[in-house]
Amino acid sequence: MTVKVLNPGLSTTVQDLGRPGYFHLGIPIGGAMDRLALRAANLLVGNDEGAAGLEAVFIGPELEFTQDAVIAVTGAEMPIKIDGAERPSWTALRIKGGQILSFGYLQKGARIYVAISGGLDVPLALGSRSTYPIGALGGYKGRAIAKFDELPVGTVAFAGEGRTIPERLRRRPAMPAELRVLPGLYWHRVVEESQQGFFDDPWKVAPEADRMGYRFRGGRPLKFVEREQPFGAGSDPSNIVDACYPYGSIQVPGGTEPIILHRDAVSGGGYFMLGTVISADMDLIGQLQPNTPTRFVEVDMQQALAARRDRQGVMQSIRDILV
Amino acid sequence: MSNRYSFGGDEHLFVECDESMSLEAFFKSLSMTSAVRESRIAGVTEICPANASFQIKFDPDVIKPDDLLRELTAIEGAAEKTEPVIKTRIIEIPVFYQDPWTYETLMRFRERHQDPKATDLEYAAQVNGLSGVDAFIAAHSGAPWFVSMVGFVAGLPFLYQMVDRPRQLQVPKYLRPRTDTPKLTIGHGGCFSCIYSVRGAGGYQMFGITPMPIFDPEQKISYLRDFMVFFRPGDIVKFKPIGRDDYDRAVEDVVAGTFAPTIRGVTFDLREFQKDVDGCNARLEGALDDR
Repeated sequence: MTVKVLNPGLSTTVQDLGRPGYFHLGIPIGGAMDRLALRAANLLVGNDEGAAGLEAVFIGPELEFTQDAVIAVTGAEMPIKIDGAERPSWTALRIKGGQILSFGYLQKGARIYVAISGGLDVPLALGSRSTYPIGALGGYKGRAIAKFDELPVGTVAFAGEGRTIPERLRRRPAMPAELRVLPGLYWHRVVEESQQGFFDDPWKVAPEADRMGYRFRGGRPLKFVEREQPFGAGSDPSNIVDACYPYGSIQVPGGTEPIILHRDAVSGGGYFMLGTVISADMDLIGQLQPNTPTRFVEVDMQQALAARRDRQGVMQSIRDILV
Repeated sequence: MSNRYSFGGDEHLFVECDESMSLEAFFKSLSMTSAVRESRIAGVTEICPANASFQIKFDPDVIKPDDLLRELTAIEGAAEKTEPVIKTRIIEIPVFYQDPWTYETLMRFRERHQDPKATDLEYAAQVNGLSGVDAFIAAHSGAPWFVSMVGFVAGLPFLYQMVDRPRQLQVPKYLRPRTDTPKLTIGHGGCFSCIYSVRGAGGYQMFGITPMPIFDPEQKISYLRDFMVFFRPGDIVKFKPIGRDDYDRAVEDVVAGTFAPTIRGVTFDLREFQKDVDGCNARLEGALDDR
């Protein structure tokens, strides 16, 4: 069956859990920014956790179903409507052929995930259905969905409707949002006062925040340890000889506005990085709206690994309820 | 010089072979990444070589970060003893320098450039103390380049010229990055040249354009059918200046599916290069003449 796109929303893309293995050639992992939300949505409708769904940022799409299906919407808080009647989020919902799924205004968070029983059946590209628009790779024709597209859906045994994920297992950004950071990489390039300032200062998500990276504003500019720039690095003190960028790494071009690279990251470049957001908090970034007050919280590796186990525990609780 | 290790969060280990760019640092990165690949450490999920550094992505549920660090430092000792010799390939890349498309683009973004009255090539010639654009093109296409990293975006090669440091061409990036760069532009920033694999933003100076596609997500180009990305770190590139007629003919060949890049297998020995740069390069370029 297919799902007809009546209105694509702002930028809605097909995403799964991404295509690891090609970052050394500049092709990023991609996939859902909020991976737990996509996994949960898939499990609710009876799909594999890694099936392809839709990720919509800020504005939901309007979709017409040509056949009966079970769907679930997770992630950001945005009223869900089937033929205009409001339905619950984080819940398996039955939708009939001919019915229309649409959304109200975004209330909290930034990205919703729509899973459809059977999963979106666009062709695999390098092992994944995720959309990488810069490379015109994967997803629906290598781009965000557009009006009149007909998205192919696979088949799966219907899961029961009505199953739901309890509130306590849904994650929402705190106010201010807190992102835990392991200092490192080129941390030694900034003076101690700036290292402290980075964690002390209040930051805000800038309007330039997308799947490639999230920019932040509001903190004091960083001061660099003086040195003669190494050969090949470039003249600005924030420059390095072009190197690989980890997912979650925080670069600060010119020392002014930190940028956290996300799932569609550029794989490398010539800006120093002062550390990396830990894996446990990557999903959270995908739910931050522009202007969200944010603090960076310093952690060590042991704390990073403990936080990772906590998040895995939450995911396991969701599996225990649904599988 | 020993490596500097630093964790990028709980899933990446960053390894800096040297702060400065040099062929020696690149070779150390290349030999270490091959050694890591061969050692098949459980939990290592990706190995990304860069110019003078590299990055390991790992799964901390499989290998503890400290254990990975121990494995890597052990490999470093062994890698230092490996011979700096690689079997690789040399590829001739035709370049239409001073083409109309990059010219149109550079004029559009002139207010973001250090010298709004000059073209990127005129500026590059001037800051490198060369007599003019022709001399700069002669230097740019006169000696081969190593692909020292592939990335930024899909399939984009960073290129480091195989000449001693005094002859390295260095040009600052644009003051503010452009929002547009034609696909297949030959760019240059710092000591690195690159080929923009896709159209998009960029901060490197623009010198020309190649008709040869290097990234094809649809895998329709004959030499990209096996894999959509052309370049690998360690490839050697020789630029060949061409004019408008040759460029147009090559584009027609690409469309017709008959364009075949000149590629030859070669062996590169860093010690031979260090002893006689020009002699080593002449031998490598000679391979391109074998028909």
